[in-house]
Amino acid sequence: MTATPSGSRFVNIGERTNVTGSARFKKLVMAGDYPAAIEVARQQVENGAQVIDVNMDEGLLDAVEAMTTYLKLLAAEPDIARVPVMVDSSKWEVIEAGLKCVSGKPIVNSISMKEGVDQFLDHARKCMDYGAAVVVMAFDEKGQADTKERKIEICTRAYGLLTGIGFPPEDIIFDPNVFAVATGIEEHDRYGLDFIEAVAEIRARCPHVHFSGGLSNLSFSFRGNETVRRAMHSVFLYHAIPAGLDMAIVNAGQLDVYDQIDPALREACEDVIMMRRPGIGEDGKTATERLIELAESYKGKDTVAEKAAEEWRGWDVVKRLEHALVKGIDAYVVDDTEEARAEIAARGGRPIEVIEGPLMGGMNVVGDLFGSGKMFLPQVVKSARVMKKAVAHLIPFIEAEKQPGAKAKGRIIMATVKGDVHDIGKNIVGVVLQCNGYEVIDLGVMVPWTKILEAANENEADIIGLSGLITPSLDEMVTVAEEMQRAEMNIPLLIGGATTSKVHTALRIDPAYKGPVVHVLDASRAVGVASQLLSDTQAVPFVSSVADEYEKVRIAREGKGQSELLPIAEARANGFKADFAQKPAAPAEPGLHVFDGWDLADLAATFDWTPFFRAWELAGTYPAILEDEIVGESATSLFADAQAMLAKIIDEKWLTARGVCAFWPARRDGDDVLLDADDLGATRLPMLRQQVKKSRGRENFCLADFIDDKDDWLGGFAVAIHGIEPHLERFQSAHDDYSDILLKALADRFAEAFAERLHSHVRTKLWGYAPDEQFTNEALIREEYRGIRPAPGYPACPDHSLKPILFDLLRASDNAGIVLTESQAMLPTAAVSGFYFAHPESSYFGVARIGRDQLEDYAVRRGVDLATAERWLRPNLD
Amino acid sequence: MSVRETFLAEAAKRILITDGAFGTEIQNWKLSEADYAGDLGLTHDQKGNNDILALTKPEVPEAIHRAYFEAGADIAETNTFSANRISQADYGAEHLVREINVESARLARRLADEFQAKDADKGIWRPRFVAGAIGPTNKTLSLSPDVNDPGYREIDWDTLVDVYKEQAAALVEGGADFILIETVFDTLNAKAGVMAVRQLEHELGREVPIMLSMTLTDLSGRNLSGHTVEAFWHAVRHAKPVTIGLNCSFGATQLRPHVKTLSEIADTLIMIYPNAGLPNELGAYDEMPETTAGFVGEWAVAGQVNVLGGCCGSTPTHIKAIAEKVGGMAPRALPRLEPVTRLAGLEPFIMEA
Repeated sequence: MTATPSGSRFVNIGERTNVTGSARFKKLVMAGDYPAAIEVARQQVENGAQVIDVNMDEGLLDAVEAMTTYLKLLAAEPDIARVPVMVDSSKWEVIEAGLKCVSGKPIVNSISMKEGVDQFLDHARKCMDYGAAVVVMAFDEKGQADTKERKIEICTRAYGLLTGIGFPPEDIIFDPNVFAVATGIEEHDRYGLDFIEAVAEIRARCPHVHFSGGLSNLSFSFRGNETVRRAMHSVFLYHAIPAGLDMAIVNAGQLDVYDQIDPALREACEDVIMMRRPGIGEDGKTATERLIELAESYKGKDTVAEKAAEEWRGWDVVKRLEHALVKGIDAYVVDDTEEARAEIAARGGRPIEVIEGPLMGGMNVVGDLFGSGKMFLPQVVKSARVMKKAVAHLIPFIEAEKQPGAKAKGRIIMATVKGDVHDIGKNIVGVVLQCNGYEVIDLGVMVPWTKILEAANENEADIIGLSGLITPSLDEMVTVAEEMQRAEMNIPLLIGGATTSKVHTALRIDPAYKGPVVHVLDASRAVGVASQLLSDTQAVPFVSSVADEYEKVRIAREGKGQSELLPIAEARANGFKADFAQKPAAPAEPGLHVFDGWDLADLAATFDWTPFFRAWELAGTYPAILEDEIVGESATSLFADAQAMLAKIIDEKWLTARGVCAFWPARRDGDDVLLDADDLGATRLPMLRQQVKKSRGRENFCLADFIDDKDDWLGGFAVAIHGIEPHLERFQSAHDDYSDILLKALADRFAEAFAERLHSHVRTKLWGYAPDEQFTNEALIREEYRGIRPAPGYPACPDHSLKPILFDLLRASDNAGIVLTESQAMLPTAAVSGFYFAHPESSYFGVARIGRDQLEDYAVRRGVDLATAERWLRPNLD
Repeated sequence: MSVRETFLAEAAKRILITDGAFGTEIQNWKLSEADYAGDLGLTHDQKGNNDILALTKPEVPEAIHRAYFEAGADIAETNTFSANRISQADYGAEHLVREINVESARLARRLADEFQAKDADKGIWRPRFVAGAIGPTNKTLSLSPDVNDPGYREIDWDTLVDVYKEQAAALVEGGADFILIETVFDTLNAKAGVMAVRQLEHELGREVPIMLSMTLTDLSGRNLSGHTVEAFWHAVRHAKPVTIGLNCSFGATQLRPHVKTLSEIADTLIMIYPNAGLPNELGAYDEMPETTAGFVGEWAVAGQVNVLGGCCGSTPTHIKAIAEKVGGMAPRALPRLEPVTRLAGLEPFIMEA
């Protein structure tokens, strides 16, 4: 990397994972400390190695065992395994054992004609069958090639033999042997130059081949003097690369920039390697003697400790800012930003240039890495935190200057629609867009359409983005689209959030607004969509391709043979017949139970972490996700941050878990459940029944099926996590979106865990129908227990408007401090509510599509007009 | 002409059609355990052991092959996805591996020859081919099943090579033209499959052409072992496969970018046989044949494919719709690749010349 003249195609091979080249690596492998040995490979890749050389040739090691163990462990590290491996051994059986563990296309290092042509070709054929490129050592029956002539002779002969058996010439890499120079032996003086000249000659005679060399040999005489060795290697590469050397086994982190080598040392190295002043000079010394003399003055200057210090702190400020942004390190960012500002000011520049230059440059790197799947969401949000801190430092300077801000790529209004309070996803999208140079005006949650349109006009927005998590938000989005149409707007409208879908966008939102409407599946797509929409050249084709796509969805939907619906009477006749002999006994402790502060530590112990990672767009199941090939590192680091915050939440009592539950005598009346609540009289809870025609004798379920005609019980609950607001404010003022999102995501986990713990308490104690149940947390997450707790607004009970009835029964606002918005979203946001069904045969199901007949019947049972029922049940209607 | 040359000659004329799903078609027969088990006297429950039908109820795979040929297929893929020692051990039928594969290949061969002869009678030269299908087994060489021991492997290379070789040898014995290493979720497993075929070739003293088909497990375009489409191609190019491609994975829409990528970098025929869309909430595939044909037809229009067919959820009707859609369309022209060194970890790495 640093040693390579620009424009060269030189490949860096990481050589620290080689027991013959690295004493430290050897020690780790000998001690069986493979985790640390794997870290060596990671450092190599992080330092820019494009291929990892693995060598276990050590007399005291079982090299086959060490090689295969190491390669299998490497395979589990996606950060490292992304690069090809060089399987390096002087023993064929070690190489072959290694090839059986390498899944990509590796390089074999090496084969040669040392033991004759037959064995050479046998090994070459095997490499072809395993699918590997090979390094061919310039070695034959007579020995290792030392002179230029021998190097050329052996390599051209090997080339002829290999291409003769169909070996692809581009998969041949010659190693014409780098030998030590400056040994004091005159015959060795030409070794460097011979190598370089031979490479040029072989390259001309053998098309498509490559060249490699082990650099450490060259400077062998200067063992212990790292400065001189590094300089020699850099000088050698500087001359060998143009000749054709395209890979070298070298520690990528330990090369000097040719131009930055002390000129006196560079001269001396050049004299030795390139034989520029052969023989004895005017000073009575040979080039070697001059280098040895000079080398004395560099001894011990280059200590390990110096390098171990945070090396990047020594870089120039632009590189430092980029590094901090990419790595998400905020420790020095204010100082670095100030340094960059001062530098720019000193040459008459403006503070805004810090943002437009180094900061945006760094964020572009982040954007590219994220866009290409090399960074993941939690890392990007951390980068954004660093960016925000830097910008916050600059804002007073920019304002003092009273200059308009940087021209953003576009201005985007974002809002969670009226009636909905969920904003984790919206905040993530906002952060990602900001990282990519867009100005985001976030209107927050529960934003009515009037405010969205006003804000768009006032700010001359380029795009409006809507978010929502609960199903009624879908209708609200249609309303926003209709109002945008009425206002004759034409800016693009982006739709996102958990309940949104391409189908809904195409069927309902897109037809309501003539401007572009685009459903954005997740945060990683947001930038691509925004940039295309705002591009001069791509906007028109993009918009028309999306419109075409939605048209296709609509056509497909029309022509789609939708599953047949039964008349509601038939569906009822095919209802589930529960065995009421098994119905649960009356609750041990009937009535209402209030919990003012459930132990947070108890809840934390039962978290289901998988949805937490999903919120951050990291796909996988906990705990396997921590080891995931692709997102494992990201997930592990996020998990560590989550654990740290969790500890603070518990120790410092940031949050309070409040909840309520109750049990009521119940009986079934058709598809309704009738409750006799103590003081509220009889309450009717109408339920919906599956109406899609079932195959193979499967029933059409309705929650009422799980309740007996008489003498049965139903429960209900609502839980919420309070106290998040002051902490969110604190994070907002610190420009810390990462912690903000983290805390919200954890609060959601607390609410879910609370619902799960309370249910367990109900089963074992309060209702007590399963006093002896014993489940692991994993089994609880898999819902292996008896009984269900469906929530209004979710598949088994899709009508959100049952929530106010449940809340009245529970007096949830008094007892648990939860209120409902007009769309029946719960506040605080981290909240869960639902009914308890205890019958052992009760199970979750989705009501799915229902017919007009059931809708009309339901409106009557529910006591609302048809239009209202239709509004609440729209997702279940055609 | 060798079978590779015959195949290449046909593929130069038109887009060839391979068949569709077997599993879902077999389900339509509503077979009982006794139907599966036949009189083989096996101790395990055989229900779901689709591959054993070649021995116990050969009329089922035969009817399905026939339906696919009638729908317009040029290639029959043998019903042997799980006919390997590892998968058959779950049914206590590992001793029948050779027999299942030989019979399955014979069956497909007979039907292929029959349809080819029927055309010949009408004066039409249209060869039919048999691809001996080899599934990935349920063991993986690249990944540890134990999160606490990432270096652990359930199986080793040599064992897997032997397992594949046993199956490939039997398929070739029964008359398969190609060995189709399909649904590759682990690239190293596929490389072991290639090695098995190489060893078989050495033993037989003749070429056994390979077809390779990768399956993607995430939308970013990687398989389970983490390889991108490009890295996979680099890792298996030494097999000199007749076709390389993608199957199963998702529906055609999700495969689109990866088909494009592969078509640009692979200097061999591209064979794609996706699922019929994504499964619905009930796990069933409900993409209409015209819809599937429309999606895969786009690749044909773009000149990105040479062989098309279907995987999970596809039916003879799907294959017919595809065959009709792409009939008369020009096949993809093979790109010429620069002789550069193509290496791969999980990601591709190219050394320029």
